[in-house]
Amino acid sequence: MGVKQVVKGNFATAVAAKLARVDVVPAYPITPSTLFPEQISQYIANGEMDAELLLTESEHSAMSAAIGASAAGARVATATASQGLKLMSEMLFIASGMRLPIVAAIGNRALSAPINIWCDHSDTMAERDSGWMQFYAENNQAALDLMLMAFKIAEDHRVLLPAMVGLDAFVLTHTMEGVDVPLQEEVDEFLPQYKPLYTLDVKNPMTFGSFGTPAHYMEFKYQQWEAMNNARKVIDEVFKEFEEKFGRKYEQVSEYRTDDADIIFITMGSVSGTARAAVDRLREKGIKVGAAKIVVFRPFPHERIREIAKKAKVLAILDRAVSFGMSGPVFADISGSLINEEKRPMLLDFIIGLGGRDITFRDFDEMTEISMKTLEAGKVEEPVHWINLRKELLEGGA
Amino acid sequence: MASDELFVSGHRGCAGCGMATAVRMILQEAGPNTIVANATGCLEVMTTGYPETAWKVPWIHAAFENAAAVASGVDVALKKLGKREGVNILAFAGDGGTFDIGFQALSGMLERGHNITYVVFDNEAYMNTGIQRCSSTPPYASTTTSPAGKVIPGKQGRKKPIANIVAAHDIAYTATATIAYPADLKKKVKKALELNAQGKGPAFIHVFSPCPTGWRYPSEMTVELSRMAVETGIFVLWEQEGPDISNRKVSCPPKEKRKPVEEYFKLQGRFRHLLKMPDKIAEIQKEVDEKCAKLGF
Ligand SMILES: Cc1ncc(C[n+]2csc(CCOP(=O)(O)OP(=O)(O)O)c2C)c(N)n1
Ligand code: SF4
Ligand SMILES: [Mg+2]
Repeated sequence: MGVKQVVKGNFATAVAAKLARVDVVPAYPITPSTLFPEQISQYIANGEMDAELLLTESEHSAMSAAIGASAAGARVATATASQGLKLMSEMLFIASGMRLPIVAAIGNRALSAPINIWCDHSDTMAERDSGWMQFYAENNQAALDLMLMAFKIAEDHRVLLPAMVGLDAFVLTHTMEGVDVPLQEEVDEFLPQYKPLYTLDVKNPMTFGSFGTPAHYMEFKYQQWEAMNNARKVIDEVFKEFEEKFGRKYEQVSEYRTDDADIIFITMGSVSGTARAAVDRLREKGIKVGAAKIVVFRPFPHERIREIAKKAKVLAILDRAVSFGMSGPVFADISGSLINEEKRPMLLDFIIGLGGRDITFRDFDEMTEISMKTLEAGKVEEPVHWINLRKELLEGGA
Repeated sequence: MASDELFVSGHRGCAGCGMATAVRMILQEAGPNTIVANATGCLEVMTTGYPETAWKVPWIHAAFENAAAVASGVDVALKKLGKREGVNILAFAGDGGTFDIGFQALSGMLERGHNITYVVFDNEAYMNTGIQRCSSTPPYASTTTSPAGKVIPGKQGRKKPIANIVAAHDIAYTATATIAYPADLKKKVKKALELNAQGKGPAFIHVFSPCPTGWRYPSEMTVELSRMAVETGIFVLWEQEGPDISNRKVSCPPKEKRKPVEEYFKLQGRFRHLLKMPDKIAEIQKEVDEKCAKLGF
């Protein structure tokens, strides 16, 4: 068993990179992820980590260097957030298209404008089609564990896709929590050296990143599609192996008091703990609610969502991001998962906690009230609701 | 072409592409223990149409603006994996990928001191997307976004002095070259790679690369244009170690008197409108004379 330490989320992801024996860390600082390159530089300066830290002049170059390093056969990790992830965006698609298993820790932070450094999921949600796997941590332990597992999943030859692990800005990145830090020997057993299929090697020259015409492009994309589908199985295998080795259980979606629930809250990230506590409070009042936490957002856990949907009459989906002119992204994807089901619950979308606005029990009460009214009415009048808006700021402006 | 070439024929470049010839010469000098990171542009598009490739060395392309950053990643990865010894790393990019969109990544690579030789193939416009103006485009050249019109005679503004700016980063070696002087080009590649191998940090070679399609001249005249640019002083061949301009050595200065710049303009469609504008030609002649005087020839 590992060593108990009280650490910030960023430290958890950095220690995971160290334990994973990452070869190259290309990075550029941004709040709330800066502690990651700082911690890596500290490890290297102290001789505790044998890695190349490449401090580039931008996030675009950090991800570009990650691509070069990964193609050369290195295990590569980086960290960023918000505007930094946006600047990387072009290269994210290229990393996945080139099938390079880079792992990135993302301190989920709101996007400008207005500029805001606090938590929501707009940054990673806008990259959900980038071909990267996406994992969301509820706490610092999960951030560490998911980072370790992300390497193993990404590097599996059935997958070979990059992965990002989201941890909520400040709520996790900067908050001290007790974490079980695994021993190096245990991690070495769990995560062997990266064995790339192809590398930039002067003894065996190959062309990486060629020009794909209409005659070949779709097959490249189909293989990415297949790899992402394969990842579901590999994720389950790796989660199971991790549980056997380290005693901590992970699921693509985990449920809480859902069995006889009329209303199930769907959450991602740090708010999931609040959701479970809210469920307990509401259950005491005799309201039949449950909660489900999405840990793996890409590949999307269709099957698990369908299983959970069978149990409920209303899915109350919390979205910490918004697709303007549509809905929240989680709501849209869950709707897509359920559309061909014969029987499906009513779906409600709650846009909540943008730009670091706290999510409280009062908000859960409000979402429960809207859900119960919908239950009574037997139909959805309005699917998308913005929760805890300061109406006094919106009125009287015109 | 000899079968031991590392950049092989069969690519889809236009006949007479100056850049393709330059690449072949550079790889002849660099040899097989070389990895190339290539920016988006004509060179990448014409050489790697899947499933074919013209490259017999390991080669990677990721995007337009980041050859320097991708090469940096390859560099540190090989170092960490213990595979860096004896391997040359070349970054190849067009003028667009260097003077404009890739400038930041290049500057970062230079500052970090990677042992990489960065080669810019300067055909003075964005050729791959159809001859648009770049900060490398010379004054008054007509391109599809700086057309010679009734009011505005082609590109306004200067040609960015990229090699000077690069040399000012205090790097090991900066040089200019072109294909009409193959021995000089190869000598400079050799020098650059030697300095890299000695751990002296980055080197940069600005390769003037005539483009028949974009400059509108007959494809068999590429070498002649390359030579004419040097003989008029439009493009000066030089090399320099470190940032101090007093260390700059002019290579292959014209043996006879420099030719008038008009001789160079006359050969190319992109300057045709200038031939009716003697004041503009005189203006450029004056600039070239001053530049050459400073360099002592
Ligand atoms: C981010 C981005 N912007 C624009 C383009 C479109 N684009 C591709 S190649 C190119 C021009 C290349 O010019 P240069 O670097 O001079 O190379 P050349 O083709 O002239 O050899 C442009 C504008 C792109 N691929 N990526
Ligand atoms: S357009 Fe110019 S640079 Fe591009 S392949 Fe043709 S000749 Fe070469
Ligand atoms: Mg060009």
